[in-house]
Amino acid sequence: MNQPLDPAGTDATVEAALSDLTARAPASLRPAVLVELGLADAYARFDSPIGPLTVSWNGRGVSSVDAAEDGATFEARHRALTGREAFAMETVPRRLATAITRRLGGDRRVRIDLDLRGHSPFEQDVWRKALEIPRGEVRPYGWVAAEIGRPRAVRAVGTALGHNPVPLIVPCHRVVRTDGTIGQYSLGGPDNKRTILRSEGLDPDGLEAQAAAGIRYTGSDTTRIVCLPTCRHARRVTDTHRVGFRSVRAAAEAGYRPCKICRPDSGAVLAA
Amino acid sequence: MDTDDRLAADLARDLDRSFDALVLAHQDRLYTIALRMLRDPRDAEEAAQDAFVRAYRALATYDTERIRELQVRGWLTTIVLNLCRTRGVRRAARGAPPVSIDDDARPPIEPAAAAAQAPTEVAERHAERERWVARLAELPPVYRAAVVLRHVDGLSYPEAAAALGRPEGTVKAQVHRGIGLLRTMLEADARHELEEMTA
Repeated sequence: MNQPLDPAGTDATVEAALSDLTARAPASLRPAVLVELGLADAYARFDSPIGPLTVSWNGRGVSSVDAAEDGATFEARHRALTGREAFAMETVPRRLATAITRRLGGDRRVRIDLDLRGHSPFEQDVWRKALEIPRGEVRPYGWVAAEIGRPRAVRAVGTALGHNPVPLIVPCHRVVRTDGTIGQYSLGGPDNKRTILRSEGLDPDGLEAQAAAGIRYTGSDTTRIVCLPTCRHARRVTDTHRVGFRSVRAAAEAGYRPCKICRPDSGAVLAA
Repeated sequence: MDTDDRLAADLARDLDRSFDALVLAHQDRLYTIALRMLRDPRDAEEAAQDAFVRAYRALATYDTERIRELQVRGWLTTIVLNLCRTRGVRRAARGAPPVSIDDDARPPIEPAAAAAQAPTEVAERHAERERWVARLAELPPVYRAAVVLRHVDGLSYPEAAAALGRPEGTVKAQVHRGIGLLRTMLEADARHELEEMTA
């Protein structure tokens, strides 16, 4: 039964069989490429102090934190804001999730890369400044404006914070109105802002009551230093040594110098 | 103007906006080449992904003239083949056995056509493909690359020669030699089957 096979015939057989060996790329390939290059984003749900949020990221960093109620809403908004496609993932990658949790817990040593392409240098300056405000403390809009060298741009600072694409990570909730009230919040309104500040150990109602009573600054009669009320140095002052001031000028006239940590004279209320 | 020329023109004009089109147009090819070179689907996906990422980063440094002149198909092929080679070397150095799971462990590629066939025919075609994948994997890498580019991917000899960076005559000889080896394996398998039937 050893009939010889026809060599010409089998060459064609081999070639035909080989042409049948094409495969289709797995569905995960294209998203992986685009996300790594920052040409699209991946997103997943994430638990925060104010409930589940959506976080998106790509090879360049975290690109948004959003309160969208479902994936379709998020994808539409993401595309409108960035022009990029967003791919749903099961979870946030573990390293990123750990970093965000640690950052929200107040650990500022943990580095989280952010993808803020397409935003103005002014906005990025405002957000970078907000990143410097420690957990459990707040600063007025005017302070941020003065610190970035644009003391008259208080309103624009408010707008920039409202456009913060990565709330919680860039803690725009730690910037309050210059009159001492808590003010607006982009991630679902002022109630969320209070909830987050409370979760960071702050008493927003007490702070507002104090401001309403005309006290915007806190001094210590032992050190003769005046601070913003939530500065960690001001909070260490015991009740018997705490002195309240309406303005930095009033404090200066009483012989108090501004704290070098919280810099209350940045965008300060100067009127006596 | 063929599709790749149009693609190159678009990439030269706006890399970020056009790169997705390049991925869509070439992902099946690059994945197929990587899969037939490496066999392991996960390795293949990583190699293809890496190839696109490197391609983008290279394009980002090219001036528009250079991008417009690019032979996209061959250029991408060279990138993925190089990645397959370094991956293959690394795996050999690790001493890990070649993985035998293939994409063929997944559902058939054309589910619609497959549904129209009898289950035994589907299984037979599946097994036949699997045999060819195994034979291809037995070829020395130099012949395998040439055969995959010419007969699985369907590049012309000039394209394959450019992608492999070898003279066209050499590639022709390598393809010829590769096909010859595959035919010998096919004949050996056929003889074996025949002997079993008549035993």
